[in-house]
Amino acid sequence: MTMRIDLPEETIAGVLAKAFGNRSFLIGLAITLLIVAVALISFFWTPYDVTRLVIADKTQAPSWAHWFGTDHFGRDILSMIMVGARNSIAVALVAVGIGMGIGVPLGAFAAARGGIVDEALMRVNDLVFAFPALLSAIMITAIFGPGAVNAIIAIGIFNIPVFARVARAGALAIWPREFILAARAAGKGMTRITVEHILPNIATLLLVQGTIQFALGILAEAGLSYVGLGAQPPMPSWGRMLFDAQTRMVIAPWMAIFPGMAIVITVLGLNLLGDGLADILDPKSRRRR
Amino acid sequence: MTAFLVKRLIIAALTLVLASMVVFAVMEVLPGDAARLMLGLNASADQVEVLRNQMGLNAPLVLRYLHWAGGLLSLDFGRSYTYSVPVIDLVRERVVVSLPLALIALALSTVIAIPVGVFSASRQGRTGDTLAMGAAQLGVAVPNFWFALMLIYLFAVWLRLVPAGGFPGWGAGIWTALKSLILPAVALALPQAAILGRVARSALIEVLNEDYIRTARAKGLPYRAVLWRHALRNAMIPVLTILGLQFAFLLAGTIIIENVFYLPGLGRLIFQAITQRDLIVVESIVMLLVAAVILINLLVDFSYAIVDPRLRARQ
Amino acid sequence: MSLLEIENLSLTIGATPILKGVELTVSPREVVGLVGESGSGKSMTALTIMQLLPHLARAEGRVAFDGIDILGATEDQMCALRGDDIGMVFQEPMTALNPVKTIGEQVAEGIRWHTKAGRAEAEDRARKILDRVGLPEAKFPLSRYPHQLSGGQRQRVVIAIACALKPKLLIADEPTTALDVVLQAQILDLLRDLVRENRMGLLLISHDLAVVTEMADRLTILRHGEVTEAGDTARTLSEQQHPYTRELALASMHVPARPKPHLAGSAKPLLEVEGIGRDYPGRRKSLFRPAQPIRAVDDVSLTIEPAQSVALVGRSGCGKSTLARMILALDKPTAGTIRYRGEAISGKAEAELKPARRDMQVVFQDPYGSFDPRQKVEKLVAEPLHLLEKQPAAAERREMVAHALHEVGLGPRDMDKYPHEFSGGQRQRLSIARAIITRPKLVVADEPVSALDVSIRAQILDLFAELNQKLGIAYLFITHDLTVARAMADEVLVMHEGKIVERGKTPDVLDHPRSEAARALVAAAPDLHRAIARKMQEQG
Repeated sequence: MTMRIDLPEETIAGVLAKAFGNRSFLIGLAITLLIVAVALISFFWTPYDVTRLVIADKTQAPSWAHWFGTDHFGRDILSMIMVGARNSIAVALVAVGIGMGIGVPLGAFAAARGGIVDEALMRVNDLVFAFPALLSAIMITAIFGPGAVNAIIAIGIFNIPVFARVARAGALAIWPREFILAARAAGKGMTRITVEHILPNIATLLLVQGTIQFALGILAEAGLSYVGLGAQPPMPSWGRMLFDAQTRMVIAPWMAIFPGMAIVITVLGLNLLGDGLADILDPKSRRRR
Repeated sequence: MTAFLVKRLIIAALTLVLASMVVFAVMEVLPGDAARLMLGLNASADQVEVLRNQMGLNAPLVLRYLHWAGGLLSLDFGRSYTYSVPVIDLVRERVVVSLPLALIALALSTVIAIPVGVFSASRQGRTGDTLAMGAAQLGVAVPNFWFALMLIYLFAVWLRLVPAGGFPGWGAGIWTALKSLILPAVALALPQAAILGRVARSALIEVLNEDYIRTARAKGLPYRAVLWRHALRNAMIPVLTILGLQFAFLLAGTIIIENVFYLPGLGRLIFQAITQRDLIVVESIVMLLVAAVILINLLVDFSYAIVDPRLRARQ
Repeated sequence: MSLLEIENLSLTIGATPILKGVELTVSPREVVGLVGESGSGKSMTALTIMQLLPHLARAEGRVAFDGIDILGATEDQMCALRGDDIGMVFQEPMTALNPVKTIGEQVAEGIRWHTKAGRAEAEDRARKILDRVGLPEAKFPLSRYPHQLSGGQRQRVVIAIACALKPKLLIADEPTTALDVVLQAQILDLLRDLVRENRMGLLLISHDLAVVTEMADRLTILRHGEVTEAGDTARTLSEQQHPYTRELALASMHVPARPKPHLAGSAKPLLEVEGIGRDYPGRRKSLFRPAQPIRAVDDVSLTIEPAQSVALVGRSGCGKSTLARMILALDKPTAGTIRYRGEAISGKAEAELKPARRDMQVVFQDPYGSFDPRQKVEKLVAEPLHLLEKQPAAAERREMVAHALHEVGLGPRDMDKYPHEFSGGQRQRLSIARAIITRPKLVVADEPVSALDVSIRAQILDLFAELNQKLGIAYLFITHDLTVARAMADEVLVMHEGKIVERGKTPDVLDHPRSEAARALVAAAPDLHRAIARKMQEQG
């Protein structure tokens, strides 16, 4: 796989100016910050206590008291969404961290060494790619039983080859450049060149991929919790809330609508942020507009 | 060309072998004794020991792997603890639900995505493009199982056009059976179509900036002819890559969606097996799905060679 | 009546003016040259005629082709003209053809479109024109794909596409810039013959004054989007009335002054290369037969003395860059030894190479690709200081960078800039500053001026000469351009298919080449003096 990279030639001020003119970026950033803020606020305050079950209030439609209604145990949906945001963000963020932390060094190393090492790493990549996150989660759950940590590991494992591929493709596009030859003529070794020249030049690529994987991670976490392989009750999670809503669609559709919207808005925000970043940082995509 | 295909074939086979080792190893580290699980808690230690010998559980690890892998090759996955029938029989009756569902969804998402991608790319920056890509942006963000719930609410609960779930079996007539697959297929296909449509658009736009597009226009071909005859085939290369990756997501999605619609497919089977700790069923289905992903990626590699003559030359 | 008439053409892209009041005419069967440096608007003029301009471009004025108002024509009218009455050849043969279609399909496509001919008839005509452009059926059947052809062959296919329907006007935009001199001469000959046979007008766009002079009846010189001078080729270039014309002509033939010529045999050799070779794994023809290795460099020996300037010339793909990389210890030879100041460097570990690397630096061709865009000039130019035994302190390092910048004509304030803030010529100066900061004895320069405009190129050659005189640096210039060799080198080595086929003093080799490869190079190299003289005879 080869890849063309137009190295951006920008100053920080120029990038900032462009960021403030990019609608996708601004909307995406606003949504992302909002969700993070909501998750942080939930540590100190939620409209109702999500651990208290009030059976008298069960499956109430949205009202001034409960903006998004209540669930079958009488818990406030808005409060549960707020607390659920923590779980979604934490799982997706750690999974991206695992993917980047392991994938990027592997990919950069494969590109730098080439030959057998590269070939072997790519084959391992193929292997991991053959296990969609859900299958890994199923196997991990089969061993350790269900839990939020499984979701993190499963999604994290799936992220590794994604970042390895992006890092490798990006690095391979930069290695033949003349400035790398110049660095080699200056006696710099493989590791030093990777740290000084390769990584800074693929950082934006990785940043954009990071937001994409973050968004995918939130979707995947919701899917895993929905089928019972992720966060376990009583810890509120968006996917689990949808599972509870499923059998009550006729009597309490709001139980499904609002957590789903939370997922859609979060993922939309992250994707817009990623698109915006790609536009701002990649000169080629900007030219296309 | 043959060299390329042979190389891909070898890589796919190698990946499959490695994957089977991973699955086997994972199942090996599982706590609990398969024989004990099968016989229940009341069995005596002697009975368990006899069964262990029968099942070959006392053989060395390598032999057990070879025995298991050999079984896979002849479609002998072993017997389910809970159903007490060969796993292959379970798989056979479930796969006729899952496979058509996955294929219909794949076809649907391709049929929607490619025209949308072409439409958007050829109207780049205009209203039609902005609307289509806005919808795609939204579609990418929608989890398929939630979308499925909303579809059920709309079409099954409100409008009562299609059943809300369940599967009558192919014996009930093809149309009746298909009808209960429509909503699940749409729920699976639309989010995938949104991703694919975006990829198709950006691939086309990239190709439309290439020098050879200018050469084709300098021949006097109108823009539309250039788009269909020159650009589309070149843009297929990245689209195929995503299509291959999507199949893996689609399989995972199928497993989840079957649970939303109560479809008796492999997805339902695997979750029942997890709750019942029927590990041999879990192991078999995981292996089967992994093999399907590897096979699809091999097919994608082969289709590259058809689309791109440069690959045929390279080894 | 003129075939093409451009009057008072102005072009803007967004808010940027590209062309201002351009006037240009091409009569039937006439060859007109359009000359200018990069960014002068030559290509945009061509794209205006074809109406293939980028989205935001706005053209004003009058462009008439064969009586048709091009700027007012509909897209349908333009489609009828393009490829039928106006053909166009582009600069980059490697990317100008669709990689997934056969050359037969691509040539026949235009024929079918315009003549409504059937597939068989169109392929028949495609076959004939491919035969005509020098791609005979036996070796180049219609079923070939572009990736199976070399750059020169691909350019022939592009020419076949453009000329398939015998257009009245052919536009060739830098048709040979991406090719080496020998291929350039062949393609120019082909264009000249086709234009004559088919009675076409030709608008030849080029940055190379010598090429245009050889080809054109009249020429138009463009600078910053404005025509500075236009007229008959011989008269324009012999009288050189406009100062810019004179500037271009002088720069094209510039030879920098080197008052202290190098005396051969004056010292112990700096670099000795003995019988080195480099094999690359070849492409496997069959699964069962081992691949035949490709020999990029074959048994090459050479020596370079201190302060000596040596040019290594040859066609593209002859192995000269591979040889350079082995000398720089960036690639390992598969045979032979390289000795630097008597010490073998091949096969040494990176740490042991430090002293040799310190004395031997490099300047690359592409002034844009030679610098990490994420680092500032100070860090970039200081990079080779890594090779010093004792790492200088920050202040000392800045001092050394400032000094190196001063030597290449840049100021100390340039240290805190990023490379994109510099023009192509300035970047090449930065590249040279980086190469000389460790005070090396040898600089290997791989096509150091071929990406630069002529005026800039003259300045950079002067800089090279000055540093050679002042610091006594020896050079190995790798180039396909004989004017660089003539301007800069004491000795010339001619390389052909991996071997050195000729070596001698520069005037000897370039004026009296003995080997066939050297003769081909010399004969093909465009020469402004010669071209002007010939035009004077033709045009009186």
